[in-house]
Amino acid sequence: MQWETVIGLEIHAQLATKSKIFSGASTAFGAEPNTQACVVDLGLPGVLPVLNGEAVTMAVRFGTAIEAEIGRRSVFARKNYFYPDLPKGYQISQFESPIVGRGHVEILLEDGSAKLIGVTRAHLEEDAGKSLHEDFHGQTGIDLNRAGTPLLEIVSEPDMRSAKEAVAYARRIHQIVRYLGICDGNMQEGSFRCDANVSVRPMGQKAFGTRAELKNINSFRFLERAINFEVERQIDLIESGGKVVLETRLYDPNRDETRSMRSKEEANDYRYFPDPDLLPVELDEDFIAAITAGLPEMPDAKRHRFMKDYGLSAADAEALTAGRALADYYETVAKTSGDVRLAANWVMVELGAALNREGLDILDCPVKAESFGGLVARIKDDTISGKIAKQVFEAMWAGEGDADAIIEARGLRQITDSGAIEAAVDEVLATNPQQVENYRAADEAKRPKMLGFFVGQVMKRSQGKANPQQVNELLMAKLGG
Amino acid sequence: MSLERQEVEKITHLARIAVGEAEMDALARSLSGILDFVEQMSAVDTQGVEPMAHPLHMAQRLRPDQVTEQDQRERFQSIAPEAEAGLYLVPKVIE
Amino acid sequence: MTNMHEKSISELAAGLRNGDYSSVELTRAYLARIERLDSGLNSYITVDAERALSQAGAADRMLRDGAASPLAGIPIAHKDIFCTQGVRTSCGSRMLDNFISPYDATVVTRFKEAGAVMLGKTNMDEFAMGSSNETSFYGPVRNPWDRARVPGGSSGGSAAAVAARLCAGATGTDTGGSIRQPAALCGISGLKPTYGRVSRYGMIAFASSLDQAGPMARSAEDAALMLGVMAGFDPRDSTSVHQPVPDYGAGLDGDIGGLRIGLPREFFAEGLDAKVAASIEAAIGEFRKLGAEVVEISLPNNHLSVPAYYVVAPAECSSNLARFDGVRFGHRCQGPKDLEDLYKRSRAEGFGMEVKRRILIGTYALSAGYFDAYYLKAQQIRQLIASDFRRAFEQVDLIAAPATPGMAFAIGEKIDDPVTMYLSDIYTIAVNLAGLPGMSIPVGPANGLPVGLQLIGNYFDEGRLLNAAHRFQQATDWHLAAPADID
Repeated sequence: MQWETVIGLEIHAQLATKSKIFSGASTAFGAEPNTQACVVDLGLPGVLPVLNGEAVTMAVRFGTAIEAEIGRRSVFARKNYFYPDLPKGYQISQFESPIVGRGHVEILLEDGSAKLIGVTRAHLEEDAGKSLHEDFHGQTGIDLNRAGTPLLEIVSEPDMRSAKEAVAYARRIHQIVRYLGICDGNMQEGSFRCDANVSVRPMGQKAFGTRAELKNINSFRFLERAINFEVERQIDLIESGGKVVLETRLYDPNRDETRSMRSKEEANDYRYFPDPDLLPVELDEDFIAAITAGLPEMPDAKRHRFMKDYGLSAADAEALTAGRALADYYETVAKTSGDVRLAANWVMVELGAALNREGLDILDCPVKAESFGGLVARIKDDTISGKIAKQVFEAMWAGEGDADAIIEARGLRQITDSGAIEAAVDEVLATNPQQVENYRAADEAKRPKMLGFFVGQVMKRSQGKANPQQVNELLMAKLGG
Repeated sequence: MSLERQEVEKITHLARIAVGEAEMDALARSLSGILDFVEQMSAVDTQGVEPMAHPLHMAQRLRPDQVTEQDQRERFQSIAPEAEAGLYLVPKVIE
Repeated sequence: MTNMHEKSISELAAGLRNGDYSSVELTRAYLARIERLDSGLNSYITVDAERALSQAGAADRMLRDGAASPLAGIPIAHKDIFCTQGVRTSCGSRMLDNFISPYDATVVTRFKEAGAVMLGKTNMDEFAMGSSNETSFYGPVRNPWDRARVPGGSSGGSAAAVAARLCAGATGTDTGGSIRQPAALCGISGLKPTYGRVSRYGMIAFASSLDQAGPMARSAEDAALMLGVMAGFDPRDSTSVHQPVPDYGAGLDGDIGGLRIGLPREFFAEGLDAKVAASIEAAIGEFRKLGAEVVEISLPNNHLSVPAYYVVAPAECSSNLARFDGVRFGHRCQGPKDLEDLYKRSRAEGFGMEVKRRILIGTYALSAGYFDAYYLKAQQIRQLIASDFRRAFEQVDLIAAPATPGMAFAIGEKIDDPVTMYLSDIYTIAVNLAGLPGMSIPVGPANGLPVGLQLIGNYFDEGRLLNAAHRFQQATDWHLAAPADID
C-alpha cells in the first residue's frame, strides 16, 4: 500500500524579553539554579501576575509578519496539572482566544516550487522550570529559573507531507522569529523547540490517521530523523496488523528512535478556565498599525526582491536571505562593489567558506561589508585578478587592513601597462626559442594548450600581476606572426 | 445528582488529594449534596447570556520590560521542605 | 489611661498627638488585654509582642516628626491571610503552619508605611473557607457576645478581636461575605470595598475574581480611616484599579437628606429571622428620620447567588490551591515514596475537610464534560445577578438589607451540614459576584446578640456607604455597644 505522511508542528519560541512574562525576574540563560526565580515565579502564596508588554508586542510582530489575524481581545487561561517544574500547579497560557489567529508562511520545496503552510494560531504562555535528574540521594532537583520565561507557541496546520517539508517549515519559522528579533533561535539552549504531530494514512484517504506527538527534538537534523523514524514505525505497525495509539513519544538522538513517554497526566484533563488574576488583553488598531509599520522586510519579500532587482536565481536568493544580517551584508557588498552577481558569488563562496571554517556568525565576521565590497570592486575594475583577490581576502581576514591598502603594501596591483607586459612577453619568447618553434609548427587545435605554457611563464615573471587577458592577446599576436 | 465512587476517585486524583477507603463514601455523599444544591442553576434559562468571568470591565495593563527582582534564593529556600545545591528536591521524577 | 481600648481610632490619633499616651503605652495596653482575654476567644493565631513594641517605638518617633497618617501608632491586627514578612502566615491551615512569609502583602506594607502597629495575626476559617470560623486549624473563635456561639467567618478572628477591644481595628477579606457576616454577628462595622479598590497582592487567594480586602472596625468613621490607608492602585495586581482614592474621612459628615435607599423585597422574605427583620426595620426607620427616601426594589436572581457562588469560588480555589504541593514551602508529608505520594499525602494532611470539599467540587466543575453545565452556567448566572444590581442602581443610591438571615448561631450547630452553612451567606454573596462594595453596621441587638444592617453601594461608591453609615451612627448608639465580659 502507498502511505501518505501528515505532519503538523508545534513550535515553542522563547521571546527575547529581558524580564519574565509575568514577573520582573531576569530571563538570562545559564544563571545558578533558582537565582532568577522570584516570589511570582515560585508561586508563593498571595503573589499575582502582571503581563510584560514587550511579550505582547513581540507576539503581535510575529502575527503581522505572517499576515495572521491579530486577536483584538485575547484571554489568558489556566492549564491545570501537577508537575514539580510547574510551581503554581497550573500554566498560564491562552486557550480559546489566542493573540495570533490564522496565518501562513511559504516554504520552498526541493524542486524549487513554493508551498503555503497554514499557521493555525500562536499564543503566549509561560515556560516551566527544569527537572534535573542527576542523583540527589535518589531525588530529582528542580530549577525554576526558566519558569515564567515568555513563550510563543506557534501551531501549524497539518499541512506537511514529508520530514523535509516539516524541516523547511521549521526553518522558515526560525528565520522569521530571528528576522523579527523576537527569539534568539538557539535550539541547544532550548529557546526554539519543535514538537511534531505525525500520522500516516493510505494515499487518497481523507480522514487523518491517529497521531503521535514527538518531543525532545533539539535540532533540525533530529527533526527530520525523528519524523522519518516515526513514519516507518507507524507504517510497520499498521502493516503488521497493529494500531497507532495517541501518545507522546520522546525522540532519543543517541539511538535514533522514538519511544513512548509515560504521560504527564494519565487522564489529560487540564480544566482550562480564564485566569481570574489577569484581564483580557485588548489591542487597538493604532497599536497593531504601528507594529505593522515597524516590521522589517520579511524573508519572502526579500527573496523575491533579490531575484527581481539583482537577477539572482531562486536558490541564490534563498541562500542570501537566510538571515537578515547576511542579506544586509550582501546588499552592502553589492552596492559598494558595483557588481551584484560578483558580489553574490564572493559572499556565498569565499566569505561563506571562511565563516564556516571558523564557525562564525555573519555578525561576528572580522571583515566588514564595506571592506568586502571594496575587495570585490577591485576585482570588478581589474585592479586584481580573482586569484590575487583570494590572497587579499586572507590578509583582510587576518586584520591587515582593507583591500586597497593590502594591494598597495604588497604590490599586488595588476600590471595593465602594455609596454611592461610586452617586455615580459618578449623576454619569455626570447628565452624559449624551442617552444616558440614547436608552437608555430603545431596545428590550430593544439595551439591553445601550448599557449598556456607561455602565459604561465609571463605571469610567473610578473608575479601574477600581469593582466591575463592582455598577456593572452599579446602572445597570440607575437606567436602568430 | 449523586456522584459515583469512581468519579470521586477521578477528581481526588486530579486534585492530588489522598482519600482513605473509610472516608470515601461520606465524601461522595457530601459532595453529592453540594452538587444537588448547585443543580438549581440548571432550571434557569441563560440562553444568550454572556458569561461573566470577572467583575471588572477593564483591559489588562501592560508592564514595561524591566528586570526588577534580585536574587533571594537563600531566603526563599530557607522555608523549603527540602533543598540542596540551590535546587528544590522531590522524589525521583520518571519521564 | 485605663480606657485607651475604648477609644476610636480618631480619638486615639488625637491622644497620641496630644501626648496623652505613647504608641508604646497603647500597644502595651492592647497586648495586656490580649494576654488576659484572648484565651477565652481564640481570636489571634499569632501575637508578636516584641515586633509590635518595636513598631510602636518607631511610630512614636514618626509621631514626633509629625506623621500624617491617622493610623500612625494605632495598634491593629491583620487577618492571617495577609503575608507578613518574617511572621508566620498560616491562613488558618495546617498546610501553612510552618510558613514564614518572605514578603509583605501590599495591604500590610501600606499599614506599615502609615506607621500602624501590628499586634498579631487573627484567626480565620481555613483559607477563608467557612462562615463560622470553625474550619480553622487553630480551633474555633468564640463570639465575645456569647462564647458558645460562632463569631461568623471567615474573618471571625478579626471581628471578635475588634468587638472585644483586642485591637483598634483589623483587616479582613470578603469572598462571599467574610467581612460583613462576622461584622454583623460580632456587632462591628465591616466594609468590603469594590473589587479592585484594594490590592490583592500578598493576600492568599481563595477565589481571585471575588476576593477583596477591607477594614473591620468599631465604627464607620474608623473604617473610613482604615480604608484610606488600604485603598489605591498597586502595580503588582493586574486587577487593581487605577483610580484616585477619595478622602473617605472628609466625606463622612455630608447630609443624607434625599438619599434614595432601596430595600430588595427578596431579602425580607422567607428565611429571615423575625427578630433580625424587626431590628432592620427599626434601623431603616432611623434612615427615614435622617431624610432618606426608602423604596422597594427587586433583585430577582438573588436566590441563585449561593449556587452560582459554590461553582465559581470552588473552581477558582481548586486552581489557586494547587500550589500547595509540599515542594517549595508549607507542609510536606513524611517519607513520600514517590512524587504522587508526596502530592497526595501532603495535601491530604495539610488541608482540612471543608477546603478539600471545595477543591474537589471545583475540580469537578471544571473537568471535561461538566465545564459548560457548571462553570459556564454559573458565569451566566453571575451576569444575571450583576444586571439585577445595575437596574437597581438606576433607581436608588444605596441598597439596605439584612447582612445575615439570623444572629450568631451555636458552635457546632451547622458544621456538619455544608449547604445549611453556605446559606448563611445568602444576603452577602451576590455583592461579591457583582463586585460591588458592601458594608455591615450594627443595629439594635436582639436577645442580646448583634444584628447587622447591610448597605450596598454602586461601584466605587464606598464614600457614600461610609457617609450614610456614619450619619446613622451619629444619630444612634448601637455601634457603641460592647460585649459584657471583656474587662
